[in-house]
Amino acid sequence: MAIAVLVVGERVAGESPDVTFELLGRGRELADALSGELAVVVVNDLDEGAQFGIADVLYVVDGMDSASYSAPQWEAAIGAVIQRVSPQVVLVSTGTVGIDLAGALATKFNAPLASYVIDVTAQGDKLVVTSQLYGGKLLSEGEIDAFPAFVSVLPGSLPVEKGRAQGSPRVEHIDAGDQLRLSKGRGTELREPDTSGVDITSAALLVSVGRGIGSKENLELVAELAEAMKAPLSASRPVIDQGWLPKPHQVGKSGKKVKPTVYLAFGISGAPEHLEGMRSAETIIACNTDPSAPIFEVAHYGTTLDLFDLVPELTDIVGG
Amino acid sequence: MHIVVAMRQLADLVEELEVNGDGTDIDRDFVKFVSNEWDEAALEEALTIKDESAASVTVVALDEPDVDQTLYAALAKGADRAVKLTGHDPSAWVRTRERAQRIASFLAHEEFDLVLTGVQAADDLDGQLAGILGSTLDIPHAAVVVGVELTGSSLRVAQELGGGLVGVSELELPAVLGVQAARQAPRYASITRIRQAMQTQKIEEQEVSLEVTTPQVTVRRLYPPEKQGGATMLTGSAKDVATEIVNILRSKGLV
Repeated sequence: MAIAVLVVGERVAGESPDVTFELLGRGRELADALSGELAVVVVNDLDEGAQFGIADVLYVVDGMDSASYSAPQWEAAIGAVIQRVSPQVVLVSTGTVGIDLAGALATKFNAPLASYVIDVTAQGDKLVVTSQLYGGKLLSEGEIDAFPAFVSVLPGSLPVEKGRAQGSPRVEHIDAGDQLRLSKGRGTELREPDTSGVDITSAALLVSVGRGIGSKENLELVAELAEAMKAPLSASRPVIDQGWLPKPHQVGKSGKKVKPTVYLAFGISGAPEHLEGMRSAETIIACNTDPSAPIFEVAHYGTTLDLFDLVPELTDIVGG
Repeated sequence: MHIVVAMRQLADLVEELEVNGDGTDIDRDFVKFVSNEWDEAALEEALTIKDESAASVTVVALDEPDVDQTLYAALAKGADRAVKLTGHDPSAWVRTRERAQRIASFLAHEEFDLVLTGVQAADDLDGQLAGILGSTLDIPHAAVVVGVELTGSSLRVAQELGGGLVGVSELELPAVLGVQAARQAPRYASITRIRQAMQTQKIEEQEVSLEVTTPQVTVRRLYPPEKQGGATMLTGSAKDVATEIVNILRSKGLV
């Protein structure tokens, strides 16, 4: 039977990320609809193939350096597998590996690519994809009728448990040695996350701040509230990228996943990258002057008051 | 060392976005366009490299609403040259694959060592520019870059791999990088400096003609997500709302 769907396993170090299982779960449905097999490719050494029981085939690319990551090497390795097995659909995530490689591979194979996808189904001889654009403010429903098709799924969009099944897929080793030797890059090291300083992952209450704070000076206002509440101060990506707070404070895809009892969000619009890191908080309370901010979709309580009016009142009540 | 920074205009996400009449694009007549924030990080990284070495920096962008403002600001911040690419409809949605082909077509006539661009843009339905451009030019690329080190002809990049894990790798030059964050926050150019750039420097225009045949997603409709109505909205004065929030926190024993 032909390979209908190829899932790119994105494990670089440690455990396979949840999104790989999200892709496997949906990949199974797509493969069945397309009457073909479901395969998963891993480009690092792997001794736990059993966790990919939902797949029919596991491709292991031999000869990769597992102590590092290199975009050209991964591209060469995955490209070699696609070349060899000619899948109809390639599923990756719009996480680092997908952002890094999906566009390049789709270009190489002159294939369509849908990015920021939150839902994908097979309908007749087409794929229907829903993508989240403009930071979650708009959705695009689109169709793809040319194959192979690349679909890059936003992590956290599909159920994960469906894809986790014990079993024993057929294992095939693929030697991409020739392609790897030609690749114009090599990994040198993996750096583990910075764990110094604040630990935002174990706090029951987080006071979190986003772009709406406007400047580093204004941050003091929210820092005072955090101090009064004896809670750590966390932040969304723009605050970190501006250098207003150090990296260990970051919540989101490129920061930390947090699950406090209460997450207080001030001036955070709720970009997908941020929601990925905090949506499983027990209670989310959001303050944002934009009533259509996506944060209100995941928040339990919300207010459109200006944070500069609300925060001092909170500090007064808690501190006083 | 010649660094090219590919920048672009994007609908300002702070503003309300309306969908156009046929429901397949935003209503571009009523949208404010600003520079893509990640491209600003790419520009900052390029200018930082220029500050450290003798690199020259060219900024290139497709003709899109208010792009002159972005290009003059880049010149005011220290870019050596600004190029505006024409030959397409500046008021339409230029999909990322076509954008990459247009920039690649410009780069085909340039000597360059490094291309920097933002890691992503909020309308990247067809994938992110850096990888597509790298593949189109058949040169190495890396995205989600948070560190760039250039020593002589060797390039070392740090990429965020999720959950705080960072992968460091070496790439041969020339290469394309999708920048997530520069070493420092983007520098500021005062209105006076931008005006000065407008008076003393020129934006070069280059026409790109292209037959685009890339297979891509056909957009059936663009629409705002259905309101889940998740949040219970707290109303009243700041004091009222603060009291309600503190009551919620107290009920959970948190303050």
